[in-house]
Amino acid sequence: MTSGLRILVPIKRVIDYAIKPRINKTQTGVETANVKHSLNPFDELSVEEAVRLRERKGPLKVDNILALSAGGPKCADTLRTAMAMGADRAFHIDVPDSNDGGLEPLTVAKMLRGVVEKENINLVLLGKQAIDGDQGQTGQMLAGLLGWPQATQASKVEIKDEAGTVEVTHEVDGGVETLRAKLPMVITTDLRLNEPRYASLPNIMKAKKKPLEKKTLADFGVEDKKRLKTLKVTEPPARQGGGKVEDVDGLISKLKELGAL
Amino acid sequence: MVFAARTSVLRAARAQFAPARAAFTLNQSALARLLSTLAVLEQRDGKLQSSSLSAISAALRLGGPVTAFVAGNGVKATSAAEAAQYKGVEKVVAVESEAYEKGLPENYAPLLVENIKKGEYTHIVGGHSAFGKSLLPRVAALLDVQQISDITSIESEDTFIRPIYAGNAILTVQSTDPIKVITVRGTAFQDAEATGGNAEITEGVDPQAPAQTEWVSEELAKSERPDLATAGRVVSGGRGLKSKEEFDRIMVPLADSLGAAIGASRAAVDSGFADNSLQVGQTGKNVAPQLYLSVGISGAIQHLAGMKDSKVIAAINKDPDAPIFQVADVGLVGDLFEKVPELTEKVKSA
Repeated sequence: MTSGLRILVPIKRVIDYAIKPRINKTQTGVETANVKHSLNPFDELSVEEAVRLRERKGPLKVDNILALSAGGPKCADTLRTAMAMGADRAFHIDVPDSNDGGLEPLTVAKMLRGVVEKENINLVLLGKQAIDGDQGQTGQMLAGLLGWPQATQASKVEIKDEAGTVEVTHEVDGGVETLRAKLPMVITTDLRLNEPRYASLPNIMKAKKKPLEKKTLADFGVEDKKRLKTLKVTEPPARQGGGKVEDVDGLISKLKELGAL
Repeated sequence: MVFAARTSVLRAARAQFAPARAAFTLNQSALARLLSTLAVLEQRDGKLQSSSLSAISAALRLGGPVTAFVAGNGVKATSAAEAAQYKGVEKVVAVESEAYEKGLPENYAPLLVENIKKGEYTHIVGGHSAFGKSLLPRVAALLDVQQISDITSIESEDTFIRPIYAGNAILTVQSTDPIKVITVRGTAFQDAEATGGNAEITEGVDPQAPAQTEWVSEELAKSERPDLATAGRVVSGGRGLKSKEEFDRIMVPLADSLGAAIGASRAAVDSGFADNSLQVGQTGKNVAPQLYLSVGISGAIQHLAGMKDSKVIAAINKDPDAPIFQVADVGLVGDLFEKVPELTEKVKSA
């Protein structure tokens, strides 16, 4: 039944990882206007892995790589980046921009289930978490909804045979663990999986010609229903540096004074 | 001046919240009788793992009766009995089966869902460990509820606090779901007492869902040292150590002299100086020890995310402008290759 890999790579546009976010004045979220955004770093890894599965020419050929993002109009840029890296086509799910992290993971998972079913996907590669909400749920929820096997925090993915046996080495507390499962499957990526490529200029130009379809949540039978209510977003308690000491003896006596030694 | 302004703002905010809070109190007292929590415990070879402690602590803080859940090979005599000793735990539901020993979410999630339905729990709590992170969102999806991840504090039975944006913002969130599925940050919930309890151990239901994944092997970094996530002291090395040999030569004796766990920055892990499992930060482990001593780490926000709740932070770095000094309680500017061995010697002889 598995003739080839039809991969779905959901990606998220987030505030760039190097930027320190600022809380807005009304304490309802963080400032997102005029702040540099990028592709969520873990999603870069999943796009890269999808493209490498194609390049590796394993026992299963990659038929198609579909990138998908839900959010405001600027998500289209993020999707072009994914296509410049090697994704074949993209869906932009039009959802109004918001400053509270966007759709909840359960909503995203339900939407992705709809996409998987309509597009006949057999492998979903997601980042292990988005660096804005830091929730780390969407992949597992999707696997649960579909009843598919899952491997979270993957550091190595290998397609073993034509029957679609996949071996995934993934990071657990204190080391790594290797799991074996059969396609279809959901895998979430961890930092050690690969080194994402930069999109080259010719590929960026080519990506502009690749198909990008605009869709809505309703196309996949989902509505944006919030289960969690943001009561407030605040600054973490500031830590004050305690100053510097001259030498090792000073360090030791200060640590003793603070009760740490 | 600043103080006065702050107080008035506070007062205004309080006044605004007062009606809501009154309504909530009522609500809570009505719910108090119904609130019932299942703490999902992680076990390995019959021993409870450290994430279980945080699950129990958080469950106890919710206020209702607490049931602990454990599954695996012959757990009744081992990890379930251990869980029954925790003060405040009323009942332990145990499922003995080889099938759950490795905690694979594909069959463990349906197992939990069946037991949650049977026990009519309102709150499901697990540690935000690799086990909890992989399992509980799957459980939440099967129950059709939105999970609340990695909480650091409980405001009330439906309101929780969790860090977002790598700990650069703190979110207070209220769940409207009938069942709250929660993972908790280990460093924020550590006060459960492992003795003095006498819970009854009962048999859980076993739906025997098929395991869709097969466990092949594992490679765990062996360490005689305290566990990084729960250690009282942590010494952490960064790119400044230059190589794996230097990392081991400098950091290991330092850790030994302090009885500390060893951590590392992402730069050190990526350069192969230290194992992945030692990484401290947004994408690695969160630690909050009594003492966090950072060596040759600049202090990027992703790293600070994992350690800034430490009681005392000390830093040794040759760059006086390194951001780590802004959060360190005590900083020493100098060459770590000189300063650290000197520190190790002096701590040892003290």
